[in-house]
Amino acid sequence: MSDASLVGIVLVSHSARVAESVAELAQGLVGDGSAVSVAAAGGTTGGGFGTSAELIAAAAAAVDRGAGVAVLADLGSAVLTVKALLAEGDELPDNTRLVDAPFVEGAVAAVVTASTGADLGAVEAAAVEAYAYRKV
Amino acid sequence: MLDADFFRRWMTAAAAAVDREAERLTALDSAIGDADHGSNLQRGFAAVTAVLEKDAPQTPGAVLTLAGRQLISTVGGASGPLYGTLLRRTGKALGEAAEVDEEQFAVALRTGVDAVMALGGAAPGDKTMVDALVPAVDALGEGFGAARTAAEQGAEATVPLQARKGRASYLGERSIGHQDPGATSSALLIAALVEADDE
Repeated sequence: MSDASLVGIVLVSHSARVAESVAELAQGLVGDGSAVSVAAAGGTTGGGFGTSAELIAAAAAAVDRGAGVAVLADLGSAVLTVKALLAEGDELPDNTRLVDAPFVEGAVAAVVTASTGADLGAVEAAAVEAYAYRKV
Repeated sequence: MLDADFFRRWMTAAAAAVDREAERLTALDSAIGDADHGSNLQRGFAAVTAVLEKDAPQTPGAVLTLAGRQLISTVGGASGPLYGTLLRRTGKALGEAAEVDEEQFAVALRTGVDAVMALGGAAPGDKTMVDALVPAVDALGEGFGAARTAAEQGAEATVPLQARKGRASYLGERSIGHQDPGATSSALLIAALVEADDE
């Protein structure tokens, strides 16, 4: 399976460390997770808590291999900024989708699924399904 | 008729109002939010006035579209995509006309407010910026002064409401008794129309 066919994953959090750690965790939990392009877009460009449209756009461009990009976001402005960028039309790669999923569990599911060469719809479905994994 | 200069003055007046009221906005936001609304909008609107000066867009639609795009990319909080969407959608609705009349602007602004409600999922009464913007758009047909009054009254009317959107909604009943920062800054934005018109 060539890397060129894999869906890219972007993790958007208010915190740079949360985004980076979840990216690391998700890739670490997948056998060939390093084959999947995962980029963290956490915090503001100044290093504070918040959301940066610039970091999100750069992350999406960095993981785009032509098979689509799945974006997971944590809270409030992270979600709103991704939605606003998508509405803008030309800020994110074609075939970029905001995925409605729990941040950590959804990221793991998305990276695992992307590593199998699944298409964007399947990656999205796997991440969304993570909401259904009850813990008690 | 309203030309590109009018909309540039609107943004400049909004930036000045946000500067003037930044401490108050942040104080309101520290009661029910994360205490960054004033500084976030200050940074955003300063970037808006800078890019308008640099790129010198020539139509009302281009001024607002550029301003909205700049807010989305510089604010860093939820108010960035929300105000950015408001201005960008309003700008797009104005098209490429060199001048627009007040009625065309009112129709376009309503498109922008509708886009904000779609993006954030908020309705009137949720204690958000929508509570100032919807009455303002409704009153815009009677002039900018009427819109300003309606927006200010709408913002004040958020005090007894319980927040149902955004971080303040986590506070539940404890959000009651505080004026919503987003509705307050929205009233400043609408009031800036009067200033732009007076100049």
